Order: sequence, then C-alpha cells, then structure tokens
Amino acid sequence: MEQILVNGAILAANYALIALGITLIFSIMNVLNFAHGQMFMLGGLLVYWLVVQIGLPYAAALIGATIIVGVIGMAFEVFFFRQVMRNSTREENTMLLAVGTALLLENAALSLFGEKQRGVPPIVSGVYKLGDAFLPANRAFVFGVSVVLIVAVLLFVNYSRTGRAMRALAQDRTATLLMGVNTARVSTLGFGLGAALAAVAGGLLITVSGVNAGVGTAISTKAFIMIMIGGAGVVSGALLGAVALGFIEAFGYAYLPGSLTYLMIFVALIIFLLIRPQGIMGKPWG
Amino acid sequence: MVIASRRTLLKGAGALALAGAIGAPARVRAEGKVLKIGQLGVMSGPEASWGLVNKFSCLATAEMWNAKGGVEIDGELYRVEIVSVDDRNDPKLTVSGAERLTGEEGIHYFVGPNMDTTATSVRPIAEKNKAIYIPYAFARTVYTPPAENAILGMIASYQVAPVMYKILKEERGVGKVAFLARNDSDGLLQRDEASKVAKNLGLEIISSDTYEPSITDFFPVVANAVSASPDLIIMSSVAPAHCPQLMRAAREMGYTGLFAAESAQDIKIIKEVAGEYGDGLVSIGGASTPEIRSAYMEDFIEKYNAVAGEWNDEAGTKAYALEMLLGTLQKTGAAGISDIEIFKKAIPDFSMKNPFLKEEAALTYVGMADFGQKRQIGVPMVITETKGGEFTTLAIGKVES
Repeated sequence: MEQILVNGAILAANYALIALGITLIFSIMNVLNFAHGQMFMLGGLLVYWLVVQIGLPYAAALIGATIIVGVIGMAFEVFFFRQVMRNSTREENTMLLAVGTALLLENAALSLFGEKQRGVPPIVSGVYKLGDAFLPANRAFVFGVSVVLIVAVLLFVNYSRTGRAMRALAQDRTATLLMGVNTARVSTLGFGLGAALAAVAGGLLITVSGVNAGVGTAISTKAFIMIMIGGAGVVSGALLGAVALGFIEAFGYAYLPGSLTYLMIFVALIIFLLIRPQGIMGKPWG
Repeated sequence: MVIASRRTLLKGAGALALAGAIGAPARVRAEGKVLKIGQLGVMSGPEASWGLVNKFSCLATAEMWNAKGGVEIDGELYRVEIVSVDDRNDPKLTVSGAERLTGEEGIHYFVGPNMDTTATSVRPIAEKNKAIYIPYAFARTVYTPPAENAILGMIASYQVAPVMYKILKEERGVGKVAFLARNDSDGLLQRDEASKVAKNLGLEIISSDTYEPSITDFFPVVANAVSASPDLIIMSSVAPAHCPQLMRAAREMGYTGLFAAESAQDIKIIKEVAGEYGDGLVSIGGASTPEIRSAYMEDFIEKYNAVAGEWNDEAGTKAYALEMLLGTLQKTGAAGISDIEIFKKAIPDFSMKNPFLKEEAALTYVGMADFGQKRQIGVPMVITETKGGEFTTLAIGKVES
C-alpha cells in the first residue's frame, strides 16, 4: 500500500504541472491547446540539448528551456491564435489551429532531435525506503520542485497584479477590458506561462523517464482527462484532476490488469461527464 | 530603355537558370536506369524509431550502392532510389501508402511495415499490385501460405525466445520469470508465444502484466512484477523508448535480476535513460557488435551516421532487407524488377555471402520450419547482453532453414 501511495503522489505532482499549464491557457483564451503535450516534449528535448550537447548545468538548461518554450507559446498566441480569433467566430478554428501547431512542433522536434528517446542523468542518485515503499531520490527531487513550482504559480495567479488580471480575464473578458486591463498583453503572458509550465514539467521528467518527439499526444490526452475531471479553466480543478488521475493510475496498475486501468478510467470519465459535465470544480455556466 | 533591357536580361537569365535547374535532373535521369524501392512504416509518434531506422538503413544501403555507380543487373547499372511513406502506425494510412507505392509509383518491392496490424493490412494491396514486401512484424499468417508476398525481415520473437531462455536457464540459473507486455497485438502475440516457450522449458511464470503503448511512467507498472521477485523480466514487444525506462523503474525498486527483450534495442538510449541501471539486458542484436562486424558493416555504419545524424543499434538488424532485395534481383535479372513471380522462384535457392559479418557466412532465405515456405531473411541470430554501457555478444545462432 505504501508503494501505491508513493507512486500516486509522485504521478500527481508531475501531472499537476501539466494540468496547470493547459487550464491557464483554456481559462484565459478559451482555447483547448492540443499542442500542450508537444510543448512538454519540447521542454524536455531542449533541456537534453542544452545539457548533453551544449554542456550547460542542468538548472541553467531547465531555466533556458522554460524561457524558450514560454516565448514560443507567446509567439503562437500573437501570430496564430490572436489572428484566428480575430478573424473567426467559430471555436473549432482555434482547435484546428492548436492541432496544427501540435503537428508542427512534433515534426520540428523529430527533425531537430531525431526519433530516439532522450534522457539526461538523474540530478540526485540513490533510493529512499519509506516503510515498504521505494522512493528514488531523483523522483523525490522532481516531486519537491514540482510542489514548489505549483505553490509559486498559485501565489502568482492569486496575489500578483498580472495574475489577478489573468483571473479577471478568465471570468469576464469584456469587464476586464472596461477596467483598463491590457487584455492582449495578459493573454500573451498567460499563453506563455502555460507553455512554460508544460516545458518545465518536460524538463524535470526528462531526468526520470526521458522524452521522445512522439510523446506529446499521450501527455495532451492525460492533460485533457485531468481538466475534465477537475473542471476546465479552474486552477483548483486542474490540481484536483491531477491528484485524482495520479492516484487512480497508481491504484489501477496495482489492483487491475494493466490493460484495464485506462479502459476503466475512460469508462468512468464518460459516466462522470454524463453526471457532471463541468467537472468537480467547474461551474455549469462555464 | 536601359532599365527595360536590364529587366529583360535579368528575366532571361532567371529563365535560363530555372530551365537549367529543372532540366539537369532530367538529364541525369536519362543517363542511367533507376530502380525504385519503397519503404513504408511508422515514422512519427512514439514508435517513430522503428520505421525511421528502416528508412535510414535503406538510404544508407542505397548510397553505398550508388557510390559504386549503382547496382548491376543484367550488365546494366541501376541507381537505387528510395521512396518513403510514413503510415503513422495507422492501418488506413498503411493501405493508402501501399497503394501509392505499388500503384502510382509502380514499385514492386518495398521494406516495411513495422507492426502486425499494418503488415496484415497491406497484404491485399501487395497481392493486387504484385509487390513483394519485407515487414518487421511477427504474425505468422503474413508469411504462411496462401500468403506469399511478404518476407519477414528479422528474427521473430518466437524464434529467438527458445534459444535465449535456454541460455539464461542453463547458464544464469533463471527459474522464475515475469512478463511485461505492451498492450497491443504485437505485444500480446509475443507474450503468448514466449509464455509457451517458457513453460516448455520448465520456467515458472510468476506474473504477467501489460501496459498501454502511450504510457509515460513505468514506476507503478513494474511494482507488481518486482514484488514477485522474478529472476528475469521479459519485456514483450518493448519499444526502444520504453525499454530503459522500464529497466530503471524496476532497478529503482530494488530488482536485481535480468531483463530480456526479443526486439532490437539501442545502447545510446539505454545509457542515457537507464544510466547506471542499464546492465543485464539480454536482447536480439544485429551485426553491429564490434567483435563480429565486417569492414562493409563499418562502411554501412558510417553511411548511416551521415544519413541519420547518429548510429542506432536497431539498424544492425535492419541492414539486411535492401541488400537481400538487391542481391536477389541481381540473380533474377532485369525481368525480376517488374515480375515478382521470377523473384519468388529465385528465393528457395538464393544464397549470397553475408556482407555484414567478418566471418564467412551465407545469407539465404529461411522460414520452412515456421511458415512452411521460405519467407524470411536468414539474418543471424545475435543475442547480446548489456555490460558496462555496451552491447556484448552472448551467443550467435541461426533460424532453421
């Protein structure tokens, strides 16, 4: 049981970073970012390139990759999403654009970094024993950094001027505009922050499991499951979704045949959405 | 007037340059004959490495032949041209890709696809358009009569498993095994076939788990297998991206036994992702270990590096497909290029020197024992073990003819 709880906690912390990023973008822009997993992948591969090819220390590489992907996210918002949202009233156009950017990033990564799984050495080595459970030191490190980052993002969103503007924008774009907030700037920053969170998650997990150019779709799928459970566009919902998915996976793999775990998750998700389509923390009106 | 003349001059020069650029390849094409070979497989997504290694291997081999002026068939030199199609591991795209290669491009020989589902899906197309294909999938029905257009490009898991497990039982004292299979048709087939082999050898199967191909963390998945304390964890149809993750997760949970994979892996990925936990993997290799490879293999590795940017050990098993196709076509003569019936007739007696091995060894078509007809390239069965961050040769065998 201890091992299952440890596994669940580690998975939940990793997933929370991913879910936070995608929910920020959704809440501010009302865009389902299908390229979120690809931004995670790009963050991981950039860390690999900066550490292994360029020889930077890991911390510098993680910061560098986070900034680069954050800037790419902002560029996507300014040059792609803003233009499409200005010229089209149909929501599915931004979804199609997001799918297009996902394919663009995936193929660019395949060309730049190749087809192989890439990994960098663990930042800390060794394994702790918690009762009967094993906790690799590097996973504990990633867990700790993830928790610190989640707290930092929550503080930023709740107490900084820009964070409050992001929340206001998520609640009512017109009212925010009338209050004199530069909504274009806040949207760009929000998209950049969401992308940067995906990148930092990829950059952390490349020390644990490695990353390859094709991993993005699987990550995006998990991100969508989390925000569907917790409620799309709600920060607390994203965290709840991450914790729920992390522990469901851990318990599922322990007590169900491996092939049944995700089948059960999807079946449960369908039933759950029939009962509460807005997710646990979401509001029925959006 | 002066401006107009200069503009006219510039336009004329541009038109000439364009005409030259367009015309030059046409002249080259006219000077020599071209032999088009297709390559169809998964080259994007999580399984991208399987198809891309096929593609890069074909390109490297083609470059080696083209550097010599081309492949000589009936006294004429043919420049080898590779036409690649990515099927994204989707049988619908495999079918349309096969239609394109064998229909629009008029190709009669192609390498791939990589999975049971995709390899099975192209059979009607290959039969309709009269094409031979070399899949890297293990489903027996693809190679067994009445199917006769597919030739297995490597050693199947059910062929290597008896040899590998016997060695591990007799020389390493393996008694208890745990299976971890990828939850798709390839993984489940390999697990079922390997389970039969393990039982026949008297090995005790103490756990059998599966995982989704889209998995992103193996830590919770390996917990059950490790807690059962096996001597060997068998990873059925494990992708090169997943193998080192699985090894590392198991080692971090205190597992000290061996790992086995009946598919080719890559040492660089193992070193990068599994790091200090990368030792103790027994898997199938090609002709790439330094102690057995020939100068021709060294040249192939060099060309592969130039094409792909870096070496991939999986290519050691995938170097053979195009060499065998070209070698057989040299034997059939030019008529075989467009008539696969001539090619099929040449298969039973075909033999050439294995160019990739240092020692003298014949390369033939095999498969009678498993498929009832020779529909497999007789790739040597090189079983490797990871030690100190390198592949070392554990045993070399061959498939029964």
